[in-house]
Amino acid sequence: MKAAVDTIAAGGMSARDTILLRVREALRLPAPMPHFKSLVPSGGSDIPSPHAGGSSSAGHAGLAILPLDVARPWLPDGGDTPESQLAILANNLEKLRAQMHRVADLSAAADFVLSLARTRDWHRVAYHGHALVEPLLAGVPCATYRVDGADAFDKSALEHCDAGITACDAIVAQTGSILVSSATSGGRALSILPHVHIVVATLDQIVSTLGDALHAAKHRGAGRMPSMLSFITGPSRTGDIERILVLGAHGPKELILILVG
Amino acid sequence: MIAQDAQSPQWAKKKFLHDAKVHVQDTGHRTFVQKALGGYFLSRDAQKARYRDWEQARDAASLAKWSAVNRLDELLPLFVANFEANGGQVHWARDAEEARRIILDLVREAKAKAIIKSKCMTSEEIHLNAALEKDGYGVIESDLGEFIQQLRGEPPYHFVFPCMHVRREEISELFGKFLGTPPTNSPEELTMIARRHMRQLYVDADVGITGANFLVAETGQISITENEGNARLTAALPRVHISLSGIEKVVEHLDDLAVLLPMLATAGAGQQMTCYNTLYSGPRRDGECDGPDEMHLVLLDNSRTAILADPEQRDSLHCIRCGACLNVCPIFKNVGGFTYGTTYQGPIGSVITPHLRGLSDWNHLSAASSLCGACSDVCPVRIDIHHHLLHNRRNAARTVPNRWEKFGHQIFVIVASRPWLFAAGGAIFRHTLGMLKRLPVPLLRDWLATRALPAAPRKSFRQQWRQAGKDSL
Amino acid sequence: MKISLFIPCFVDQMTPQVGVAVAQVLERLGHACEFRSGQTCCGQPSFNAGYWDEAREVAIRAIGVFDGAEAVVGPSGSCVAMMRVFYPELLKDTPHETAALDLAARTFEFGEFLVKKLGVTDVGARFPHRVTYHDGCHGLRELRVKDEPRQLLRAVRDLELVECDEAESCCGFGGLFSVKFPMISTAMAEVKGGSLARTQCDYIVSSDPTCQLQLDGWLQRNWRSPTGTIPRTIHLAEVLAGAPL
Repeated sequence: MKAAVDTIAAGGMSARDTILLRVREALRLPAPMPHFKSLVPSGGSDIPSPHAGGSSSAGHAGLAILPLDVARPWLPDGGDTPESQLAILANNLEKLRAQMHRVADLSAAADFVLSLARTRDWHRVAYHGHALVEPLLAGVPCATYRVDGADAFDKSALEHCDAGITACDAIVAQTGSILVSSATSGGRALSILPHVHIVVATLDQIVSTLGDALHAAKHRGAGRMPSMLSFITGPSRTGDIERILVLGAHGPKELILILVG
Repeated sequence: MIAQDAQSPQWAKKKFLHDAKVHVQDTGHRTFVQKALGGYFLSRDAQKARYRDWEQARDAASLAKWSAVNRLDELLPLFVANFEANGGQVHWARDAEEARRIILDLVREAKAKAIIKSKCMTSEEIHLNAALEKDGYGVIESDLGEFIQQLRGEPPYHFVFPCMHVRREEISELFGKFLGTPPTNSPEELTMIARRHMRQLYVDADVGITGANFLVAETGQISITENEGNARLTAALPRVHISLSGIEKVVEHLDDLAVLLPMLATAGAGQQMTCYNTLYSGPRRDGECDGPDEMHLVLLDNSRTAILADPEQRDSLHCIRCGACLNVCPIFKNVGGFTYGTTYQGPIGSVITPHLRGLSDWNHLSAASSLCGACSDVCPVRIDIHHHLLHNRRNAARTVPNRWEKFGHQIFVIVASRPWLFAAGGAIFRHTLGMLKRLPVPLLRDWLATRALPAAPRKSFRQQWRQAGKDSL
Repeated sequence: MKISLFIPCFVDQMTPQVGVAVAQVLERLGHACEFRSGQTCCGQPSFNAGYWDEAREVAIRAIGVFDGAEAVVGPSGSCVAMMRVFYPELLKDTPHETAALDLAARTFEFGEFLVKKLGVTDVGARFPHRVTYHDGCHGLRELRVKDEPRQLLRAVRDLELVECDEAESCCGFGGLFSVKFPMISTAMAEVKGGSLARTQCDYIVSSDPTCQLQLDGWLQRNWRSPTGTIPRTIHLAEVLAGAPL
C-alpha cells in the first residue's frame, strides 16, 4: 500500500495530499475496539473472557454505554453544591501548595494585596485592565506595570516585576485548576513570567469539573476562542532532579488565589 | 542515527545486548533509578484513589483516542481547517528530513538569533537540535531535565523524566562547569540556578519551539502539558512559535481533554493535573497584548501511517506519552533508558520502534520481554502493549525469520505432535541432564551461568500415572 | 464432575509431583480425574517466539486431545493462559476458531477452578509454615487470578501468609527469554526473588512451576540470607495436598 502511495507521491503530490492519502488508505481496514472493561459482561459469566467485546470492528458499539458528555461519575469528584465545590477546591489547593484567601469584598482584597506588597518589599507589580484587578492596585506602595496599557507590551519590564495580578475564566474544584486566558487574564506572559501570580476571582467563578470549565470556555468563545487558554494547577514545579519536588521551576513559585464574596 | 543505521547488520541488537549486560551489573545505578521511582508510585496510587472508577476512566480515555485515530481521515483535515481559521499556519512533513527542512526554513525566515525550546519528544525523533546547530543556530532546551541532558550531550533517558538517572552531585558539577555556579547538593538550589540562567533567554529568543500533546479537531487548538512553565514562556515571549506534532495526536472534542488531561497527569507523574495545560489557537489576536506574531504547526507522519495501516497495532497510536509503562517495566528498570537506543524507550518504544525504524533491526526489543504485561495494565488508554510485542515477534518470524530458530521450532512441532516421541525425548533429557549440565550446551549454559537447575525426576508424570493404573484414553 | 488434567510439558517431565498433587486435591474433593496421554505441550514456546504457524499445529492438536472434556484443569497460569487467551487469537479466522473458543471456556487454572468453579476455599489442608505467594504474570494479568490462591492459602491450617513488596513484579522467567536475555532475566529474578525472600518465609507458593524454576534457581545460587536459610518454592497444589516437599 505504502509503495503504491509513494509512487503516486513521486508524481508531484504535495506532502499534505500524500499524508492524507496514506491515512485514507491505512484506514481501509477497520481496527478492533479496545478491550473495554465496561463491555466485559460482569456477573453473567463467572470467568471473564478476554475476548468479550473485543472483536467488534465497525461502528461505535461502545458509545452507547459511554456517552462522551455525561457527568463522568468515574472521574475525581468536583462536588455538586457550591459548598462541596469550595471544600474540594480548598483541599486541592492546599495539597498543590497554592494559597487561597477568602475576602468579603474588593476593598478587603486590596488590603490583602497591599500587605503582601509591604511585607515582601515588592518594587513593581504587573497587572492588566480588568474590573476585578484594577481596584487591587489602588494603594500599593510600589510601582505598577499595566501589560495591556497604551504603550506596547514590554517583556523586559514584565520580567522585572515581582508579581503579576490577573483575573481568570474559571476555577475548577475537581482538580484545583485555575483557567486563565489571553482574553481575560492579561495576555500570555502576565500569569507565568513574574515570580508570584495572584489571581482574583469571585465565588461564582468556581465550577465543579474540567468538563464544565471547557464547556463554558467553548461557549464564551463562540467560535472564536482566545489564542491561549491555560489550566494552572498549583505553582510551577519540577521533579527532574532525582524526582524530588521543587516549586518555581520557570513559572511562579507562588500561586495566590483571592476569592471575593 | 543515519550513520549508525549503515553499520553492520544487527548492530542495534548487539549494542542492546552489550549495554544491557553492562547496565544490569551496575547495581548502584539500578537501585538509584528504582528509588527515584518510589515517590512516583506513592503519588500515582494516591491520585488514582481519587478517581471514583479508574477502570471506567481508562475506558473513556481509550475510546476518545480510538474514535479519533480511526477517523483520522476526517478529523485531521477538520483540525487543520480550524487551526488555519484561527490564524495558524500548517506545514506537512512526510518524514523526519522534510520536517527538519521545514523548521530550518521557518527559522531562517524569522532571521532567528536565539531559539528557545520546550520539551518535545517528536523533535528528538527527528534529531532537530543537531540539524539546527549544524546550520549555526543556537538552541536552548528550557525544560530542566532536557537542559541537563543537553549540557551532558545525552538524549533523554526516559521520555517523561529525561534525567532521572543523574545524581544531584553530577548536576552540580555540570552547572559548575557550564554556568560557573558554586557546588550545591540541594535540588532546590540547582533548580533555581537553571531558573535564573533561563529567564533572560526567554526574553531574548525570537523563535520558540514546542511540541503538542493533543490537537483538538473541533476547535483547532493544540494542547501542551507541562509542569515547569517553560512551554508557557516559550509560546508567550518569542515572536515566532513553531510547534511540532505527530499526526496521531488528534482528538475530536475539546471535552475529551476533561478526561485525557487528568489521566495523563495521574498515569504519567502521579499528579491530579499537570501544572500547566495550555490550549493555543494561533498567534496573538487583535486586542491581546502579547503573544507571537506567527504560529506554525508542523504535522509529522514519519511512519505513523504505517502503524495506522496495521489494524492490529493501530491502538499504539493512542499513546499519550505518559511514560507509565516505562515506570512499571522490569526491563526498563533493569537495563535503563539508554540501552534501548531509541527515542521512545520502554514497552511502548519496543512496540513502535520496529515500525518507525525497521523490524529486522529492531525486533530484538520485542524479544527482550518476559511478556509480564505490567505495561498494558497501567496504560491509561488501554494499548495492548505486551501483546503487540508478541505481534512484532510473529511479524518478524514471518518476514525476517532466523533460519536456525525456525528449524528449532519445526523440530519442536514434530516432537510435540507425537506423544511417544515427546515422552522418549523427555526421558533422554531427564536421564542426561546431569551430564549436560557439565557440558557447554547453548541456552542451558546461559541458564547455569547465574542460576541453579534442579535434578530431573526419575519418572515423568505420565509414567507415574500409568503405573498407578489410572490411564485413560 | 470429571476433570481432565492438563499437565504442561514442564510439569510432566520436571515436576511430576505437582501433577500428582493436583489430582490428589481434586479427588479428595470427590471429583474424578483423567489424564489424556495424547497431550504434550501447549505450544507456547513457539507462539512466544513468533513462530505462530508452528504453534498453530501444536494448538490444533491439543484442542483435539481435550475434545469433549467437561473441564480442563492445569497447574500453570501460563499454560492455561496459552489455551484460554492465546489459542483463540492464534486460530482466529481459521476453521478451528470455534473449537478454540469452546476449549477456552472449559479450561481453568487450578486455584481458580477450585474457588470459582467448585466454590471451594477450604480443602482441609494443614501446612504449618510461613509462606508468601508469588503471582505468575500470566495468571495475574491474562487470567486475572489474584485473590483465589490467597483465599485458598488463608484457609490452610497453621499457615501464615505474608505479602512481599514486589508482589506484582515478574520473576523474569519468560520462557526462552530467560536464556536469550539471561542477564536481564537474572536481574529480574534478583528483584523478585530478593523481595520474596526478605519476607523471611519458609516457602514461596506459586501456581506456575516455571516461575518456581527461575526463583529457586536464582535463590539457591545467589541468596545470602542473614539467617542462613533459603526459602524454597512450592506449588499451591502441593500445599493444598498437605504434603510439603
